[in-house]
Amino acid sequence: MNLIADGFAWLTDPANWTGAGSIPERLVEHLLVSLLILLIAGLIALPVGFTIGHTGRGKGLAVAVTGGMRAIPTLGLLTLAALWLGIGLAAPILALVVLAIPPLLAGAYSGLESVDRRVLDAAKGVGMTGLQRFTGVELPLSAPIVIGGIRSAALQIIATATLAAYTSDFGLGRFLFRGLKTNDYAEAFGAAVLVIALALLVDGLFALAQRFSVPVGVRVARSGEPTRSAADRATGRTTTNV
Amino acid sequence: MIEFHSVSKQYPDGTLAVREVSLQVPPRQTTVLVGSSGSGKTTLLRMVNRMVDPSAGRVTIDGDDVAGTDAVKLRRGIGYVMQNSGLLPHRTVAANIATVPLLRGWKRHDARERALELMDTVGLDRSLADRYPGQLSGGQQQRVGVARGLAVDPNILLMDEPFGAVDPLVRRELQEELLRLQRELGKTVLFVTHDIDEAFLLGDRVVILREGGEIVQIGTPAEILASPADGFVADFVGADRGRRALHVQEVDGRSLVVDADGRPAGVLAR
Repeated sequence: MNLIADGFAWLTDPANWTGAGSIPERLVEHLLVSLLILLIAGLIALPVGFTIGHTGRGKGLAVAVTGGMRAIPTLGLLTLAALWLGIGLAAPILALVVLAIPPLLAGAYSGLESVDRRVLDAAKGVGMTGLQRFTGVELPLSAPIVIGGIRSAALQIIATATLAAYTSDFGLGRFLFRGLKTNDYAEAFGAAVLVIALALLVDGLFALAQRFSVPVGVRVARSGEPTRSAADRATGRTTTNV
Repeated sequence: MIEFHSVSKQYPDGTLAVREVSLQVPPRQTTVLVGSSGSGKTTLLRMVNRMVDPSAGRVTIDGDDVAGTDAVKLRRGIGYVMQNSGLLPHRTVAANIATVPLLRGWKRHDARERALELMDTVGLDRSLADRYPGQLSGGQQQRVGVARGLAVDPNILLMDEPFGAVDPLVRRELQEELLRLQRELGKTVLFVTHDIDEAFLLGDRVVILREGGEIVQIGTPAEILASPADGFVADFVGADRGRRALHVQEVDGRSLVVDADGRPAGVLAR
């Protein structure tokens, strides 16, 4: 109980909220580095995932690669990368990009895969080019799943970006590592609460984005009977609703 | 005129979907390809807009080999109506109908005007223009599909079992509607179905296909009924079954037409 109280005392101590290395500064650092990692991983994983989903080729390879990448322990990879790249941000960024690629890739190709084949066939049949089918049909219809992949990647990055402080003076992980090293568990606990809060906040934002990315036409179709009978009323037909 | 010059289609797994089919589809008429599943009828239809490329032989439209055309451009010039409508679920009815005009670079306003016009043509209330496909009944969706197929006033309309997924009552209504449209518009319609009654109702000419993609008989419905080419056709059209073996029976002074089982099919008009 004491630890929790001490933790919140640390969190609410005004001294921790101003100056160099204060909570706001670490929060911003943490968010920025997470965003950068998400961006790099997205630039690598999304085009590959979209290509696989659009062409239907290479899925077996993608499943194998993402499965393999998921099995890599991030801390181990970070240590290896740090030995290679030295102290600084480069090593954690590399390790976290590797962590973020599998969910992004899976979201991208399974999203495109989820689009009804008959709809895509029809789009092709009326004369849409491959690019037009991608931007006009596949992307809008798969958006919730693709964003789901980004959401899951963002959550993992923010939670694991504490490791950036392992090799550099950066982010919320700084408080964690310092707290642990100096036996100041209140600080470590407070930092953990901050990381959790940030992760939940970002996750919530992505959840909202996911919900709003469902195309209106798909949403109203799902809501079923009420709208359908409304459609019939609009036609003024009572029997066979042709 | 669409012509198939001894076309075959063999899929990579070895199945022969179409075997050496030669066929002429005369302009401004409805030609119906009919056969059971595996008879290659859909494959043949999809060769016209290059959704399938033949492994041998040529398909020509007005003498030009379709293989030499740009597939995307070709498809934008041919109406294509499919089963389950194939509408884009995230676009409104009007936007779906206007798909091809917009692809061709029409102004948004003109495309919408055209879509509304076509809704009148196919018997859809204009108030449905801003609804989504998922809010429509199956029959309404098929009407939208037909309207989309007609959007750029193509000479050729390909219809792949367009009424296969709607209930019989609605199907009947849509068939009547298509006959009316065809009388008004006079398109070159290539229509695929597995329903011989639908083929006889809609087709000026009917092409009967057998499993493995071979043509068994081509003719008007009357010709086929009068002289089926072989036992397969006779069986397929039901000529020797009770339903089409009709005879006249006098009942209460009127001539009733009854089938072999004695069920009345209609009254003989004098």
